[in-house]
Amino acid sequence: MKFHLKVWRQKDANAPGTLENYEADNIPADASFLEMLDIVNAGLTGKNIEPIQFDSDCREGICGSCSLTINGVPHGPGRGTTCQVYMRKFKDGDTITIEPFRAEAFPVQRDLVVNRSAFDRVIQAGGYISERCGSAPDANSVPISKVIADEAMDAAACIGCGACAAACPNGSAMLFVSAKVTHLGLLPQGKPENGRRVLGMVRQMDEEGFGNCSNYYACEAVCPASVPAAFIGRMNREFTAASVKEIVGMNV
Amino acid sequence: MITSPSSSARSGPNPILLWMFSSIGKKTIVAATGILLVFFVFGHLLGNLTVFLGPDVLNAYAQKLHDLGPALWAIRVGLLGILVGHIYFTMLLWKENQRANPKKYIAADPIKTTVFSRTMRLSGLVVLAFVIFHLAHFTVRVVDPSYLVMRTQLNGHEVHNVYAMVVKGFSNAPVVAIYVIGLFLLTFHLSHGISSLFQTLGITNRRIRSNYELAGRAIAWLLFLGYVSIPISVLFFGLGKGFAQ
Ligand code: HEM
Ligand code: SF4
Ligand code: FES
Repeated sequence: MKFHLKVWRQKDANAPGTLENYEADNIPADASFLEMLDIVNAGLTGKNIEPIQFDSDCREGICGSCSLTINGVPHGPGRGTTCQVYMRKFKDGDTITIEPFRAEAFPVQRDLVVNRSAFDRVIQAGGYISERCGSAPDANSVPISKVIADEAMDAAACIGCGACAAACPNGSAMLFVSAKVTHLGLLPQGKPENGRRVLGMVRQMDEEGFGNCSNYYACEAVCPASVPAAFIGRMNREFTAASVKEIVGMNV
Repeated sequence: MITSPSSSARSGPNPILLWMFSSIGKKTIVAATGILLVFFVFGHLLGNLTVFLGPDVLNAYAQKLHDLGPALWAIRVGLLGILVGHIYFTMLLWKENQRANPKKYIAADPIKTTVFSRTMRLSGLVVLAFVIFHLAHFTVRVVDPSYLVMRTQLNGHEVHNVYAMVVKGFSNAPVVAIYVIGLFLLTFHLSHGISSLFQTLGITNRRIRSNYELAGRAIAWLLFLGYVSIPISVLFFGLGKGFAQ
Protein backbone atom coordinates (compact mmCIF):
# COMPACT_ATOMS: atom_id res chain seq x y z
CA MET A 1 0.00 0.00 0.00
CA LYS A 2 0.97 3.62 -0.45
CA PHE A 3 0.27 6.59 1.79
CA HIS A 4 1.00 10.31 1.89
CA LEU A 5 2.08 11.23 5.39
CA LYS A 6 2.03 14.66 6.99
CA VAL A 7 4.14 14.27 10.10
CA TRP A 8 4.79 16.78 12.90
CA ARG A 9 8.53 17.42 13.08
CA GLN A 10 9.92 19.35 16.02
CA LYS A 11 13.62 19.50 16.89
CA ASP A 12 13.25 19.84 20.65
CA ALA A 13 10.87 21.01 23.36
CA ASN A 14 11.42 24.70 22.54
CA ALA A 15 11.48 24.55 18.73
CA PRO A 16 8.31 25.65 16.90
CA GLY A 17 7.77 22.51 14.76
CA THR A 18 5.82 22.02 11.50
CA LEU A 19 4.10 19.35 9.46
CA GLU A 20 6.41 17.73 6.87
CA ASN A 21 5.32 15.60 3.91
CA TYR A 22 6.65 12.07 3.44
CA GLU A 23 5.67 9.25 1.12
CA ALA A 24 5.16 5.75 2.54
CA ASP A 25 5.56 3.25 -0.30
CA ASN A 26 5.37 -0.55 -0.38
CA ILE A 27 3.63 -0.86 2.99
CA PRO A 28 2.14 -4.33 3.66
CA ALA A 29 -1.56 -4.11 4.51
CA ASP A 30 -0.91 -6.12 7.67
CA ALA A 31 1.82 -3.80 8.95
CA SER A 32 0.92 -2.04 12.16
CA PHE A 33 0.98 1.74 12.21
CA LEU A 34 4.28 1.71 14.09
CA GLU A 35 5.77 -0.79 11.63
CA MET A 36 4.74 1.53 8.81
CA LEU A 37 6.65 4.32 10.57
CA ASP A 38 9.64 1.98 10.98
CA ILE A 39 9.63 1.33 7.22
CA VAL A 40 9.39 5.06 6.49
CA ASN A 41 12.21 5.75 8.96
CA ALA A 42 14.45 3.14 7.31
CA GLY A 43 13.92 5.00 4.04
CA LEU A 44 14.65 8.37 5.66
CA THR A 45 17.88 7.09 7.19
CA GLY A 46 19.00 6.00 3.71
CA LYS A 47 18.40 9.57 2.51
CA ASN A 48 20.28 11.03 5.48
CA ILE A 49 17.14 12.56 6.99
CA GLU A 50 16.66 12.32 10.76
CA PRO A 51 14.17 9.53 11.40
CA ILE A 52 10.77 10.44 12.83
CA GLN A 53 10.91 10.05 16.61
CA PHE A 54 8.00 8.32 18.29
CA ASP A 55 7.43 6.38 21.50
CA SER A 56 6.71 2.68 21.70
CA ASP A 57 7.48 -0.22 23.97
CA CYS A 58 5.36 -3.37 24.17
CA ARG A 59 3.73 -3.04 20.73
CA GLU A 60 0.97 -5.28 21.97
CA GLY A 61 -1.45 -2.73 23.35
CA ILE A 62 -0.72 -2.97 27.06
CA CYS A 63 1.96 -0.45 27.99
CA GLY A 64 0.36 2.73 26.66
CA SER A 65 3.62 4.24 25.35
CA CYS A 66 2.70 4.63 21.71
CA SER A 67 1.20 8.08 22.11
CA LEU A 68 0.49 9.83 18.86
CA THR A 69 -2.50 11.31 17.11
CA ILE A 70 -3.66 10.07 13.71
CA ASN A 71 -5.94 12.40 11.71
CA GLY A 72 -6.91 14.27 14.89
CA VAL A 73 -7.78 11.12 16.88
CA PRO A 74 -5.37 9.96 19.62
CA HIS A 75 -4.28 6.40 18.76
CA GLY A 76 -6.09 6.70 15.45
CA PRO A 77 -9.15 4.89 14.12
CA GLY A 78 -10.96 2.30 16.22
CA ARG A 79 -10.49 1.39 19.86
CA GLY A 80 -7.04 0.37 20.91
CA THR A 81 -3.58 1.85 20.95
CA THR A 82 -1.54 3.06 17.96
CA CYS A 83 0.46 -0.17 17.88
CA GLN A 84 -2.80 -2.06 17.37
CA VAL A 85 -3.86 -0.02 14.33
CA TYR A 86 -3.16 -1.90 11.09
CA MET A 87 -2.65 -0.21 7.76
CA ARG A 88 -5.51 -2.20 6.19
CA LYS A 89 -7.77 0.20 8.16
CA PHE A 90 -6.79 2.92 5.67
CA LYS A 91 -7.43 3.19 1.96
CA ASP A 92 -4.57 2.90 -0.50
CA GLY A 93 -3.32 6.39 -1.33
CA ASP A 94 -4.81 8.01 1.83
CA THR A 95 -3.24 11.13 3.25
CA ILE A 96 -2.56 10.57 6.96
CA THR A 97 -1.76 13.41 9.35
CA ILE A 98 0.32 12.38 12.37
CA GLU A 99 0.67 14.78 15.29
CA PRO A 100 1.91 14.38 18.85
CA PHE A 101 -0.59 14.14 21.73
CA ARG A 102 -1.71 17.71 22.43
CA ALA A 103 -2.26 18.87 26.01
CA GLU A 104 -0.35 21.56 27.85
CA ALA A 105 0.53 19.09 30.61
CA PHE A 106 2.11 16.74 28.02
CA PRO A 107 4.90 18.92 26.55
CA VAL A 108 6.28 17.77 23.19
CA GLN A 109 9.90 16.65 23.57
CA ARG A 110 10.63 15.91 19.95
CA ASP A 111 8.56 15.09 16.85
CA LEU A 112 5.81 12.78 18.14
CA VAL A 113 7.32 12.17 21.58
CA VAL A 114 5.61 13.86 24.53
CA ASN A 115 6.50 13.88 28.20
CA ARG A 116 3.71 12.17 30.11
CA SER A 117 5.38 12.25 33.51
CA ALA A 118 2.56 14.48 34.79
CA PHE A 119 0.58 11.23 35.09
CA ASP A 120 3.32 9.75 37.28
CA ARG A 121 3.09 12.70 39.65
CA VAL A 122 -0.70 12.33 39.79
CA ILE A 123 -0.20 8.67 40.73
CA GLN A 124 2.37 9.67 43.36
CA ALA A 125 -0.25 11.95 44.91
CA GLY A 126 -2.47 9.02 45.88
CA GLY A 127 -2.78 6.39 43.18
CA TYR A 128 -1.62 3.61 45.45
CA ILE A 129 -2.35 1.72 48.66
CA SER A 130 -0.01 2.60 51.52
CA GLU A 131 -0.35 -0.44 53.73
CA ARG A 132 1.42 -3.59 52.66
CA CYS A 133 -1.26 -6.12 51.87
CA GLY A 134 1.00 -9.14 52.18
CA SER A 135 1.10 -11.83 49.56
CA ALA A 136 -1.94 -12.76 47.53
CA PRO A 137 -4.66 -13.89 49.95
CA ASP A 138 -6.51 -17.16 49.51
CA ALA A 139 -9.40 -16.86 47.11
CA ASN A 140 -12.59 -15.66 48.85
CA SER A 141 -10.87 -14.98 52.17
CA VAL A 142 -11.85 -11.33 51.64
CA PRO A 143 -15.38 -11.45 50.22
CA ILE A 144 -15.94 -8.96 47.41
CA SER A 145 -19.16 -9.03 45.44
CA LYS A 146 -18.96 -9.86 41.77
CA VAL A 147 -20.50 -6.49 40.85
CA ILE A 148 -17.85 -4.56 42.76
CA ALA A 149 -15.03 -6.77 41.53
CA ASP A 150 -16.15 -6.29 37.91
CA GLU A 151 -16.43 -2.55 38.34
CA ALA A 152 -12.97 -2.34 39.91
CA MET A 153 -11.52 -4.49 37.12
CA ASP A 154 -13.03 -2.24 34.45
CA ALA A 155 -11.33 0.72 36.10
CA ALA A 156 -8.07 -1.16 36.59
CA ALA A 157 -7.97 -1.74 32.83
CA CYS A 158 -6.61 1.82 32.42
CA ILE A 159 -3.08 1.61 30.99
CA GLY A 160 -2.22 5.25 31.67
CA CYS A 161 -1.73 6.02 27.99
CA GLY A 162 -2.96 9.62 28.17
CA ALA A 163 -5.24 9.38 25.12
CA CYS A 164 -8.12 10.71 27.22
CA ALA A 165 -6.30 13.96 27.97
CA ALA A 166 -5.03 14.17 24.38
CA ALA A 167 -8.54 13.79 22.97
CA CYS A 168 -10.15 16.22 25.41
CA PRO A 169 -10.81 19.70 23.98
CA ASN A 170 -9.93 20.95 27.48
CA GLY A 171 -6.80 18.82 27.92
CA SER A 172 -8.45 17.24 30.96
CA ALA A 173 -7.13 14.05 32.53
CA MET A 174 -10.28 13.24 34.49
CA LEU A 175 -10.92 9.87 32.85
CA PHE A 176 -7.47 8.67 33.87
CA VAL A 177 -7.74 10.00 37.41
CA SER A 178 -11.27 8.66 37.81
CA ALA A 179 -10.12 5.22 36.65
CA LYS A 180 -7.46 5.13 39.39
CA VAL A 181 -9.77 6.55 42.06
CA THR A 182 -12.45 4.01 41.17
CA HIS A 183 -10.17 1.02 40.85
CA LEU A 184 -8.49 1.52 44.24
CA GLY A 185 -11.53 2.99 45.97
CA LEU A 186 -13.86 0.09 45.36
CA LEU A 187 -11.64 -2.55 46.94
CA PRO A 188 -11.26 -3.15 50.67
CA GLN A 189 -7.47 -2.60 50.61
CA GLY A 190 -7.90 0.87 49.05
CA LYS A 191 -11.03 2.04 50.88
CA PRO A 192 -9.45 3.43 54.08
CA GLU A 193 -7.63 6.13 52.10
CA ASN A 194 -10.41 7.02 49.66
CA GLY A 195 -10.85 10.62 50.77
CA ARG A 196 -7.18 11.49 50.80
CA ARG A 197 -6.63 9.72 47.54
CA VAL A 198 -9.26 11.64 45.62
CA LEU A 199 -8.27 14.99 47.17
CA GLY A 200 -4.58 14.39 46.56
CA MET A 201 -4.90 13.13 43.00
CA VAL A 202 -7.37 15.78 41.85
CA ARG A 203 -5.28 18.59 43.34
CA GLN A 204 -2.15 17.25 41.70
CA MET A 205 -4.05 16.95 38.41
CA ASP A 206 -5.02 20.63 38.70
CA GLU A 207 -1.46 21.59 39.58
CA GLU A 208 -0.08 19.81 36.52
CA GLY A 209 -2.19 22.10 34.34
CA PHE A 210 -4.75 19.60 33.07
CA GLY A 211 -8.07 21.22 32.17
CA ASN A 212 -11.52 20.85 33.69
CA CYS A 213 -14.06 18.39 32.39
CA SER A 214 -16.91 19.82 30.29
CA ASN A 215 -18.51 16.40 29.83
CA TYR A 216 -17.65 16.22 26.14
CA TYR A 217 -16.95 12.46 26.46
CA ALA A 218 -14.25 12.46 23.74
CA CYS A 219 -12.06 10.66 26.32
CA GLU A 220 -14.41 7.73 26.57
CA ALA A 221 -14.57 7.46 22.77
CA VAL A 222 -10.81 7.03 22.38
CA CYS A 223 -9.89 5.13 25.55
CA PRO A 224 -8.21 1.88 24.48
CA ALA A 225 -9.28 0.26 27.76
CA SER A 226 -12.96 1.29 27.40
CA VAL A 227 -12.97 3.08 30.74
CA PRO A 228 -16.51 4.55 30.99
CA ALA A 229 -16.96 8.28 31.61
CA ALA A 230 -19.45 7.46 34.35
CA PHE A 231 -16.35 6.92 36.54
CA ILE A 232 -15.76 10.68 36.26
CA GLY A 233 -19.20 11.22 37.78
CA ARG A 234 -18.25 8.83 40.56
CA MET A 235 -15.00 10.72 41.18
CA ASN A 236 -16.89 14.06 41.28
CA ARG A 237 -19.13 12.61 43.97
CA GLU A 238 -16.18 11.29 46.00
CA PHE A 239 -14.28 14.55 45.68
CA THR A 240 -17.27 16.59 46.86
CA ALA A 241 -17.85 14.23 49.80
CA ALA A 242 -14.18 14.35 50.84
CA SER A 243 -14.12 18.15 50.48
CA VAL A 244 -17.19 18.52 52.68
CA LYS A 245 -15.53 16.34 55.31
CA GLU A 246 -12.40 18.49 55.10
CA ILE A 247 -14.42 21.72 55.32
CA VAL A 248 -16.28 20.66 58.45
CA GLY A 249 -13.01 19.52 60.00
CA MET A 250 -13.50 15.76 59.94
CA ASN A 251 -10.55 13.47 59.37
CA VAL A 252 -10.13 12.64 55.72
CA MET B 1 0.37 7.20 53.85
CA ILE B 2 -1.22 9.38 51.21
CA THR B 3 -0.56 12.97 52.17
CA SER B 4 -2.83 15.49 50.51
CA PRO B 5 -0.85 18.44 49.13
CA SER B 6 -1.51 21.24 51.60
CA SER B 7 -2.25 23.91 49.06
CA SER B 8 -2.43 24.19 45.33
CA ALA B 9 -1.07 27.04 43.26
CA ARG B 10 -4.54 28.11 42.26
CA SER B 11 -5.99 28.59 45.75
CA GLY B 12 -5.17 29.23 49.35
CA PRO B 13 -5.09 26.66 52.13
CA ASN B 14 -8.61 27.50 53.35
CA PRO B 15 -10.53 24.25 52.69
CA ILE B 16 -13.58 26.08 51.36
CA LEU B 17 -11.52 28.03 48.85
CA LEU B 18 -9.50 24.92 48.10
CA TRP B 19 -12.72 23.18 47.12
CA MET B 20 -14.32 26.15 45.33
CA PHE B 21 -11.36 26.80 43.06
CA SER B 22 -10.44 23.18 42.40
CA SER B 23 -11.38 21.81 38.99
CA ILE B 24 -14.25 19.73 40.34
CA GLY B 25 -15.37 22.44 42.78
CA LYS B 26 -15.79 24.99 40.01
CA LYS B 27 -17.67 22.46 37.91
CA THR B 28 -19.93 21.64 40.85
CA ILE B 29 -20.77 25.30 41.34
CA VAL B 30 -21.63 25.65 37.64
CA ALA B 31 -23.85 22.58 37.85
CA ALA B 32 -25.55 23.65 41.11
CA THR B 33 -26.27 27.16 39.81
CA GLY B 34 -27.30 25.57 36.50
CA ILE B 35 -29.93 23.36 38.08
CA LEU B 36 -31.33 26.30 40.08
CA LEU B 37 -31.60 28.29 36.85
CA VAL B 38 -33.36 25.34 35.21
CA PHE B 39 -35.87 25.29 38.08
CA PHE B 40 -36.44 29.00 37.55
CA VAL B 41 -36.93 28.49 33.80
CA PHE B 42 -39.55 25.85 34.59
CA GLY B 43 -41.40 27.98 37.14
CA HIS B 44 -41.30 31.02 34.90
CA LEU B 45 -42.80 29.00 32.04
CA LEU B 46 -45.66 27.72 34.20
CA GLY B 47 -46.46 31.29 35.26
CA ASN B 48 -46.26 32.59 31.70
CA LEU B 49 -48.58 29.92 30.35
CA THR B 50 -51.42 31.56 32.32
CA VAL B 51 -51.56 33.91 29.32
CA PHE B 52 -53.66 31.21 27.64
CA LEU B 53 -56.22 31.41 30.47
CA GLY B 54 -57.12 34.98 29.62
CA PRO B 55 -56.20 38.53 30.67
CA ASP B 56 -57.50 38.36 34.22
CA VAL B 57 -55.57 35.23 35.15
CA LEU B 58 -52.25 36.53 33.81
CA ASN B 59 -52.78 39.97 35.36
CA ALA B 60 -53.75 38.43 38.69
CA TYR B 61 -50.66 36.21 38.62
CA ALA B 62 -48.46 39.22 37.83
CA GLN B 63 -50.10 41.23 40.59
CA LYS B 64 -49.53 38.37 43.08
CA LEU B 65 -45.84 38.38 42.23
CA HIS B 66 -45.66 42.14 42.73
CA ASP B 67 -47.53 41.92 46.01
CA LEU B 68 -44.71 39.75 47.35
CA GLY B 69 -42.82 43.02 47.77
CA PRO B 70 -39.55 42.43 49.62
CA ALA B 71 -39.75 38.67 48.97
CA LEU B 72 -39.87 39.37 45.24
CA TRP B 73 -36.73 41.46 45.60
CA ALA B 74 -35.05 38.71 47.57
CA ILE B 75 -35.85 36.26 44.77
CA ARG B 76 -34.59 38.69 42.14
CA VAL B 77 -31.33 39.35 43.96
CA GLY B 78 -30.91 35.60 44.58
CA LEU B 79 -31.45 34.82 40.90
CA LEU B 80 -29.01 37.51 39.89
CA GLY B 81 -26.42 36.09 42.29
CA ILE B 82 -26.96 32.59 40.91
CA LEU B 83 -26.59 33.85 37.33
CA VAL B 84 -23.48 35.86 38.15
CA GLY B 85 -21.96 32.84 39.93
CA HIS B 86 -22.80 30.57 36.99
CA ILE B 87 -21.19 32.92 34.48
CA TYR B 88 -18.19 33.77 36.66
CA PHE B 89 -17.25 30.14 37.22
CA THR B 90 -17.86 29.13 33.60
CA MET B 91 -15.56 31.93 32.51
CA LEU B 92 -12.88 30.73 34.95
CA LEU B 93 -13.24 27.21 33.54
CA TRP B 94 -13.07 28.57 30.02
CA LYS B 95 -9.87 30.49 30.69
CA GLU B 96 -8.20 27.48 32.35
CA ASN B 97 -9.32 25.08 29.65
CA GLN B 98 -7.84 27.30 26.96
CA ARG B 99 -4.58 27.34 28.88
CA ALA B 100 -4.69 23.55 29.32
CA ASN B 101 -5.03 22.87 25.60
CA PRO B 102 -3.71 25.82 23.60
CA LYS B 103 -2.49 23.84 20.56
CA LYS B 104 -5.34 22.23 18.68
CA TYR B 105 -4.81 19.43 16.18
CA ILE B 106 -4.24 20.61 12.63
CA ALA B 107 -6.30 17.63 11.40
CA ALA B 108 -9.11 18.42 13.84
CA ASP B 109 -11.72 15.74 14.54
CA PRO B 110 -14.72 16.35 16.85
CA ILE B 111 -14.48 12.76 18.26
CA LYS B 112 -18.08 12.08 19.39
CA THR B 113 -18.51 15.49 21.04
CA THR B 114 -21.91 17.03 20.31
CA VAL B 115 -22.59 20.39 18.72
CA PHE B 116 -24.45 21.31 21.94
CA SER B 117 -21.47 20.64 24.19
CA ARG B 118 -19.06 22.45 21.89
CA THR B 119 -21.19 25.61 21.83
CA MET B 120 -21.94 26.06 25.56
CA ARG B 121 -20.09 29.37 25.83
CA LEU B 122 -21.59 30.80 22.66
CA SER B 123 -25.13 29.65 23.52
CA GLY B 124 -24.68 30.85 27.11
CA LEU B 125 -23.54 34.31 26.05
CA VAL B 126 -26.40 34.67 23.56
CA VAL B 127 -28.78 33.63 26.35
CA LEU B 128 -27.21 36.32 28.55
CA ALA B 129 -27.81 38.95 25.84
CA PHE B 130 -31.36 37.68 25.48
CA VAL B 131 -32.00 37.81 29.24
CA ILE B 132 -30.81 41.42 29.30
CA PHE B 133 -33.09 42.28 26.37
CA HIS B 134 -36.02 40.47 27.98
CA LEU B 135 -35.58 42.36 31.28
CA ALA B 136 -35.34 45.67 29.40
CA HIS B 137 -38.43 44.72 27.41
CA PHE B 138 -40.92 43.45 30.00
CA THR B 139 -39.44 44.18 33.44
CA VAL B 140 -37.87 47.64 33.13
CA ARG B 141 -40.00 48.38 30.01
CA VAL B 142 -37.55 50.69 28.31
CA VAL B 143 -37.84 49.05 24.88
CA ASP B 144 -41.36 50.44 24.48
CA PRO B 145 -42.21 52.98 27.24
CA SER B 146 -45.91 52.79 26.35
CA TYR B 147 -45.99 49.56 28.43
CA LEU B 148 -45.44 51.69 31.54
CA VAL B 149 -48.85 53.32 31.35
CA MET B 150 -50.90 50.23 30.51
CA ARG B 151 -53.39 49.87 33.39
CA THR B 152 -56.51 47.83 33.84
CA GLN B 153 -59.13 47.04 36.49
CA LEU B 154 -58.91 43.76 38.40
CA ASN B 155 -61.34 43.03 41.24
CA GLY B 156 -61.86 46.75 41.73
CA HIS B 157 -58.14 47.61 41.91
CA GLU B 158 -56.12 49.31 39.23
CA VAL B 159 -53.23 47.05 38.22
CA HIS B 160 -50.58 46.95 35.53
CA ASN B 161 -51.99 45.40 32.37
CA VAL B 162 -49.37 42.70 31.75
CA TYR B 163 -51.63 40.92 29.28
CA ALA B 164 -51.91 43.97 27.02
CA MET B 165 -48.16 44.50 27.27
CA VAL B 166 -47.41 40.91 26.22
CA VAL B 167 -49.87 41.02 23.34
CA LYS B 168 -48.51 44.34 22.09
CA GLY B 169 -44.93 43.18 22.56
CA PHE B 170 -45.41 40.00 20.57
CA SER B 171 -47.40 41.67 17.79
CA ASN B 172 -44.07 42.96 16.55
CA ALA B 173 -42.34 40.42 14.26
CA PRO B 174 -38.71 41.48 14.90
CA VAL B 175 -39.29 41.21 18.67
CA VAL B 176 -40.75 37.73 18.23
CA ALA B 177 -37.69 36.79 16.14
CA ILE B 178 -35.41 37.89 19.00
CA TYR B 179 -37.40 35.76 21.45
CA VAL B 180 -37.38 32.68 19.22
CA ILE B 181 -33.63 32.97 18.61
CA GLY B 182 -32.87 33.57 22.29
CA LEU B 183 -35.01 30.62 23.35
CA PHE B 184 -33.52 28.41 20.64
CA LEU B 185 -30.05 29.11 21.99
CA LEU B 186 -31.26 28.42 25.53
CA THR B 187 -32.51 25.06 24.23
CA PHE B 188 -29.09 24.40 22.74
CA HIS B 189 -27.49 25.26 26.09
CA LEU B 190 -29.82 23.00 28.03
CA SER B 191 -29.59 20.14 25.50
CA HIS B 192 -26.12 19.57 26.92
CA GLY B 193 -26.54 21.30 30.28
CA ILE B 194 -29.37 19.25 31.80
CA SER B 195 -27.69 15.86 31.32
CA SER B 196 -24.24 17.29 31.99
CA LEU B 197 -25.14 18.56 35.44
CA PHE B 198 -26.00 15.05 36.64
CA GLN B 199 -22.57 13.85 35.55
CA THR B 200 -20.93 16.81 37.28
CA LEU B 201 -22.83 16.26 40.52
CA GLY B 202 -22.03 12.55 40.31
CA ILE B 203 -25.66 11.40 40.25
CA THR B 204 -24.97 8.87 37.54
CA ASN B 205 -23.70 5.46 36.59
CA ARG B 206 -22.76 3.93 33.29
CA ARG B 207 -26.14 2.40 32.57
CA ILE B 208 -28.19 5.53 33.19
CA ARG B 209 -25.98 8.06 31.42
CA SER B 210 -27.39 7.74 27.91
CA ASN B 211 -30.91 8.05 29.36
CA TYR B 212 -29.93 11.35 30.97
CA GLU B 213 -28.77 12.57 27.60
CA LEU B 214 -32.05 11.72 25.88
CA ALA B 215 -34.16 13.02 28.75
CA GLY B 216 -32.14 16.24 28.98
CA ARG B 217 -32.62 16.96 25.31
CA ALA B 218 -36.33 16.12 25.47
CA ILE B 219 -36.83 18.46 28.45
CA ALA B 220 -34.90 21.23 26.71
CA TRP B 221 -37.10 20.97 23.62
CA LEU B 222 -40.30 20.81 25.67
CA LEU B 223 -39.26 24.03 27.40
CA PHE B 224 -38.61 25.54 23.97
CA LEU B 225 -42.06 24.59 22.68
CA GLY B 226 -43.72 25.84 25.85
CA TYR B 227 -42.03 29.22 25.70
CA VAL B 228 -42.28 29.94 21.97
CA SER B 229 -45.96 28.97 21.97
CA ILE B 230 -46.70 32.37 23.51
CA PRO B 231 -45.12 34.77 21.00
CA ILE B 232 -46.11 32.51 18.09
CA SER B 233 -49.74 32.39 19.26
CA VAL B 234 -49.87 36.16 19.54
CA LEU B 235 -48.17 36.93 16.23
CA PHE B 236 -49.69 34.24 14.02
CA PHE B 237 -52.83 32.95 15.70
CA GLY B 238 -54.34 36.17 17.01
CA LEU B 239 -54.08 35.40 20.73
CA GLY B 240 -55.38 38.42 22.64
CA LYS B 241 -56.38 40.33 19.49
CA GLY B 242 -57.88 43.68 20.42
CA PHE B 243 -56.34 43.74 23.91
CA ALA B 244 -53.21 45.61 22.91
CA GLN B 245 -53.84 49.26 23.65
C1 HEM C 1 -26.58 33.80 30.86
C2 HEM C 1 -25.45 33.37 30.48
C3 HEM C 1 -24.96 31.97 30.61
C4 HEM C 1 -23.70 31.62 30.31
C5 HEM C 1 -22.60 32.53 29.81
C6 HEM C 1 -23.57 30.21 30.54
C7 HEM C 1 -22.43 29.47 30.31
C8 HEM C 1 -22.28 28.14 30.56
C9 HEM C 1 -21.14 27.34 30.22
C10 HEM C 1 -19.91 27.84 29.49
C11 HEM C 1 -21.34 26.09 30.67
C12 HEM C 1 -20.40 24.90 30.53
C13 HEM C 1 -19.42 24.83 31.64
C14 HEM C 1 -18.46 23.72 31.40
O1 HEM C 1 -18.86 22.56 31.40
O2 HEM C 1 -17.26 23.98 31.21
C15 HEM C 1 -22.64 26.08 31.28
C16 HEM C 1 -23.22 24.98 31.85
C17 HEM C 1 -24.54 24.92 32.22
N1 HEM C 1 -25.46 25.95 32.17
FE1 HEM C 1 -25.09 27.81 31.59
N2 HEM C 1 -24.76 29.72 31.00
C18 HEM C 1 -25.64 30.76 31.03
C19 HEM C 1 -26.96 30.70 31.39
C20 HEM C 1 -27.60 29.57 31.78
C21 HEM C 1 -29.00 29.49 32.07
C22 HEM C 1 -30.01 30.63 31.96
C23 HEM C 1 -29.24 28.21 32.46
C24 HEM C 1 -30.51 27.54 32.88
C25 HEM C 1 -31.68 27.85 32.54
C26 HEM C 1 -28.01 27.49 32.41
C27 HEM C 1 -27.84 26.16 32.73
C28 HEM C 1 -26.67 25.46 32.64
C29 HEM C 1 -26.50 24.09 33.01
C30 HEM C 1 -27.57 23.19 33.57
C31 HEM C 1 -25.16 23.77 32.76
C32 HEM C 1 -24.52 22.39 32.96
C33 HEM C 1 -23.65 22.32 34.15
C34 HEM C 1 -22.70 21.15 34.04
O3 HEM C 1 -22.06 20.98 33.00
O4 HEM C 1 -22.62 20.37 34.97
N3 HEM C 1 -27.02 28.34 31.99
N4 HEM C 1 -23.19 27.33 31.21
S1 SF4 D 1 -8.48 6.23 31.01
FE1 SF4 D 1 -8.19 5.18 29.02
S2 SF4 D 1 -7.41 6.82 27.67
FE2 SF4 D 1 -7.13 7.55 29.77
S3 SF4 D 1 -5.06 6.93 30.38
FE3 SF4 D 1 -6.42 5.26 31.06
S4 SF4 D 1 -6.42 3.83 29.32
FE4 SF4 D 1 -5.58 5.74 28.50
S1 FES E 1 3.51 0.21 22.37
FE1 FES E 1 2.69 -0.56 24.23
S2 FES E 1 0.60 -0.06 23.99
FE2 FES E 1 1.40 0.49 22.05
